Amino acid sequence: MKSLFKKHASVWILIIFCLILSVFLANRNHAFFSLKNLVNILESTSYRTLLAIGMTFIIASGAIDLSIGSVLSLSAILTALCLHQGLPVWLCVIIGLASGGLMGAINGVLIHLTRINALIITLATSYIFRGVALIITLGSPITKMPQAFLKFGSGDIFGMEAGVTMAILALLIAFPIMYQTKWGHYLTGLGGNALALKRAGVRIGFYRIGCFIGMGLLAALAGIIITSRLNSAEPNAGLDMEMYAITAVIMGGTPLSGGKAELAGTAVAVFLLGLIRNGLTILSVSSYYQQFITGTLLLIAVIVAELNERKNRIA
Amino acid sequence: MSNTILSIKDIHKSFDHVTALDGMSFDIHEGQITAIVGDNGSGKSTLIKILSGNIAPDKGSISIDGTDYSSFNINQTLKLGIRTVYQDLSLDNHKNSWENVFLGSECMRGPFLNKSYMRSETLKLIDKLNLHLPDIDLPIRNLSGGQRQGLAIARALRSACRILLLDEPTSAMGIKESHMTMELLKHLRADGITQLLVSHNIYHVFDVADRIIVVKAGKCVADVYTEHSSPERIHDMLLEYEHREVSR
Ligand SMILES: Nc1ncnc2c1ncn2[C@@H]1O[C@H](COP(=O)(O)OP(=O)(O)O)[C@@H](O)[C@H]1O
Ligand SMILES: [Mg+2]
Repeated sequence: MKSLFKKHASVWILIIFCLILSVFLANRNHAFFSLKNLVNILESTSYRTLLAIGMTFIIASGAIDLSIGSVLSLSAILTALCLHQGLPVWLCVIIGLASGGLMGAINGVLIHLTRINALIITLATSYIFRGVALIITLGSPITKMPQAFLKFGSGDIFGMEAGVTMAILALLIAFPIMYQTKWGHYLTGLGGNALALKRAGVRIGFYRIGCFIGMGLLAALAGIIITSRLNSAEPNAGLDMEMYAITAVIMGGTPLSGGKAELAGTAVAVFLLGLIRNGLTILSVSSYYQQFITGTLLLIAVIVAELNERKNRIA
Repeated sequence: MSNTILSIKDIHKSFDHVTALDGMSFDIHEGQITAIVGDNGSGKSTLIKILSGNIAPDKGSISIDGTDYSSFNINQTLKLGIRTVYQDLSLDNHKNSWENVFLGSECMRGPFLNKSYMRSETLKLIDKLNLHLPDIDLPIRNLSGGQRQGLAIARALRSACRILLLDEPTSAMGIKESHMTMELLKHLRADGITQLLVSHNIYHVFDVADRIIVVKAGKCVADVYTEHSSPERIHDMLLEYEHREVSR
């Protein structure tokens, strides 16, 4: 029990934060502890969960992806354009996902072949993908999606938007992939010691590129969910989403240098950030405070993680 | 006289302006322990990296079992039964002992890692090799240098091995640990495993090796049978070439 706490200290700390915040919010406003409000929080975090799951794999593999906001917006716009062409909804969704996968593949291949730091490659591609989105839309949003498409992301499943079910499913699938399969094992291995992995005969390029394709697919899915929620695909959608996802992953306890992953921490961090957004709304506090609080929490989380790490190193 | 299992001819390798290997040639006989001794920077690790398929030589040929390779990649060498203990050990500090032992050849149960099996096989292996590891379920970053080297050797021996390349495998070990490793290498020789051992410890080398190759600035400068030489002569040889270079 004690070791379970020590091993996942960051997760427990975030859970405690969530509990304290919940008690506080429930005290201030009775509307907080309602099923409706919980659903509300889950719905507003659904697509963020998808991005943060992908980013957990990316960071665990020792990389980073600054292009996910741009991938999100460009694939959403491509989906919307296909919908406007009158193609069937399922085909448009597949095209949107495929375009996200392709953008991820471009990132992965460039990083693998050039061996240039992922930060620089994805910074460049984030401008490129966003640029393409702006060029083809001339900067204006694409609106008026067909009814069948609106159901895809915001239709009702179990009394919640479909995006929530997708996020929960993604999380349920991500856990075994991360901790029980070769994929998770090799992706953390890439972050731990990529050369050792290569010397052990593992095709590291395959896993590196695969990871970025997965991230691209999740970003595209997030873009499709947003588009269906807002009934609009915007070239500026997903702005700052990479920073949001990185924040959730690091807050959750995955080290920026990679080598290991704390998927549960990511999930709790996303929920906590959602709780904060929700709490500020409920208390009708200006959303300007949100950034301040997020930054403070991130700082506390990384300092606690670092101190914990140092203690283990000396022991 | 035993068969030649591995032979290299006129291997050259430069990095930018540094010549690491400058026309190195020798044969290795099956079932023997061949030691490579030489100063720091004389090209020993570069040689090991070429033989394990990490880097390709600029020039020269490698032949294994009579088949010529101008270069080969890591997966080919693994298939040929070449196992390597790298000087940097190539372990993943975030993973635990059994994950490192099985890195790259994990046992599966359907789509999932068969963790309990890999764990128990690792316990058997370290028992067989007489390794002492505190807790095989903890990340290995807290292991001592000697324990990590032991782990790297265990990994190399996990699956069938024909040729074992060892790049200073005992440099961080204590007296007892390195003695036990030398005994292990003798046992492996008795099992027919051919070994190429890079070492700085001339006394160890004389204890286990059948043959000693002295390298200097990327070239073989001496190739002697252990029984026809002595630690003092090898020692002098290393120093002598040093003098010659200085006086030139
Ligand atoms: N990747 C590399 N890039 C540049 N120089 C290298 C590289 N690897 C080795 N060298 C140089 O090649 C020479 C031989 O190195 P190495 O084979 O590691 O020597 P040893 O193992 O005998 O100490 C050294 O001068 C070293 O600096
Ligand atoms: Mg060396």
